[in-house]
Amino acid sequence: MLIKQSADIPSSEITPRDLYLNRRRFLAGIGLSAVVAGLGIKELVSPSSEALATEKIDGIQKSAFSTTEKVTPINDVSHYNNYYEFSTEKEDPAKLAKDFKTRPWSVTVDGLVAKKQKWDIDAIMKFASPEERIYRHRCVEGWSIVVPWVGFSLSELIKRAEPLGKAKFVEFTSIHDPAQMPGQRQQILNWPYVEGLRMDEAMHPLTLLCFGMYGASLPNQDGAPLRLVVPWKYGFKSAKAIVKISFTDRQPSTTWNEANPHDFGFYSNVNPNVNRYHSQAHERRLGEFRPRPTLMFNGYDQVAGLYSGLDLAKNY
Amino acid sequence: MIRFIKILVFVSCLVPLGLLAWRFFGAHPSDMSTWGAGLGANPVEALEHKTGDWTLRFLLITLSITPLRKLLRVPVLIKFRRMFGLFAFFYGCLHFSTYVWVDKFFNLHEILADVVKRKYITVGFTAFVLLIPLAVTSTTGWIRRLGGKRWQALHRLIYVSAIAGVIHYLWLVKADIHEPLEYGAVLAALLAYRVVVWLRPSSAMRSRAVAPMRGKVAIE
Ligand code: HEM
Repeated sequence: MLIKQSADIPSSEITPRDLYLNRRRFLAGIGLSAVVAGLGIKELVSPSSEALATEKIDGIQKSAFSTTEKVTPINDVSHYNNYYEFSTEKEDPAKLAKDFKTRPWSVTVDGLVAKKQKWDIDAIMKFASPEERIYRHRCVEGWSIVVPWVGFSLSELIKRAEPLGKAKFVEFTSIHDPAQMPGQRQQILNWPYVEGLRMDEAMHPLTLLCFGMYGASLPNQDGAPLRLVVPWKYGFKSAKAIVKISFTDRQPSTTWNEANPHDFGFYSNVNPNVNRYHSQAHERRLGEFRPRPTLMFNGYDQVAGLYSGLDLAKNY
Repeated sequence: MIRFIKILVFVSCLVPLGLLAWRFFGAHPSDMSTWGAGLGANPVEALEHKTGDWTLRFLLITLSITPLRKLLRVPVLIKFRRMFGLFAFFYGCLHFSTYVWVDKFFNLHEILADVVKRKYITVGFTAFVLLIPLAVTSTTGWIRRLGGKRWQALHRLIYVSAIAGVIHYLWLVKADIHEPLEYGAVLAALLAYRVVVWLRPSSAMRSRAVAPMRGKVAIE
């Protein structure tokens, strides 16, 4: 028999033959390595900048709350979106949200209110005249933008909802529609997305019920047709594509807090001194190279009174 | 032939960097105001992520050499392992520099706080630091100086580095752990191969592991 265990063959004998006779296999091996490397080169295409399907909003008033800082280009604000319902890649929502349906759209108002209601989006938009609010917007990931949002204070809607005296919190629920939102087909977060505010935070005039930006309706990837903008809190507090607003006497359980209670608290006020998820002392304004210091409450000092007596290191 | 292919592989390993630079500098490299635009709205983040991706990819490519050459029986692949390992270190240096320079702008206070307190930075830093002695002792001279056995033992640190690299990735993502898990699965397979080889008592691979090869040492 000629069967020989390979262990019996001194390696000094094998090596040269393997080395010089197996050119074909060798090439196959190199080819395979190349494929492994090639798998990585999938990100060749640059972000696109196609026209946005938005409609101009008429009669927009200026607001004293607006900052005079340089506004971030609309292309950045509409092509760099943390919108996990579509994708966890920030370049994707611009493409994936293109055909998202924002009409017909209604918002249910329930919980501790005088009367449960269902409002059409176009009716809601007429509750008050639209204002342009140029706000700083700070992401918990460490970047920031300046956006001219269009909307009016959330308090305008809350007044019409007639919450009962017992209502202490407001809970915002975003749409759950896996057919339209590919990101929701995976259990990355607990869908639907839920956010919440304390009643006094929700009633604060800075808190914006938003349906537009840059003078036109919201692009789908930015939370159309209706979203929240709470400029002194990290961006994820500003729920997008809202379908339900509930008034409760208990602190709502919010999506990011459920996902990672250590890093993402219920309050999530912008705070350079509390470093849960990242070091939050600095931020990078999109379009700028050097990091800049992050301001307490994102520079909106007028909300400080809401938290007097509250230990913000514990209530992060 | 080998020489030619080595040059080819070397150039290929630079392609990711070339693409990054291409996109970073864009169509008008002399106009500084357009720098970064090709990398999207947040070029710093893009640089940090792409260099991190390639560090991990090259670590995995390096670790795949031994299984590939054994399973495909292409021993000559060993001639490329050092190059891949050094490229892992090279992209790691770019990744670390991106962090220190463009992300943190040499803010030593914040960097130190990060390394000590942010656990994903701590493991990433560990993964990177472990690669330094491996890069330094990657030369034939060092193999001779240390002796095959000791050199081999030292270079097993790459396992720790790759594991730390995957944990780094796993801990830094906010919620979507798909990608780190994919890398983790590849790493697990590559490590499982070693475990199997080590557990097989009469393994040819093991006995060959320290056998001399044309005056040098073949290390699996
Ligand atoms: C061998 C060592 C390392 C490997 C393999 C590695 C790998 C990675 C990978 C794969 C990513 C994610 C890229 C993506 O999301 O596409 C990443 C991100 C990152 N790495 Fe590393 N890394 C290493 C060392 C380091 C070191 C030494 C530091 C800093 C001290 C560091 C800081 C970062 C930061 C800040 C991010 C981005 C985090 C974020 O955006 O949230 N890494 N790294």
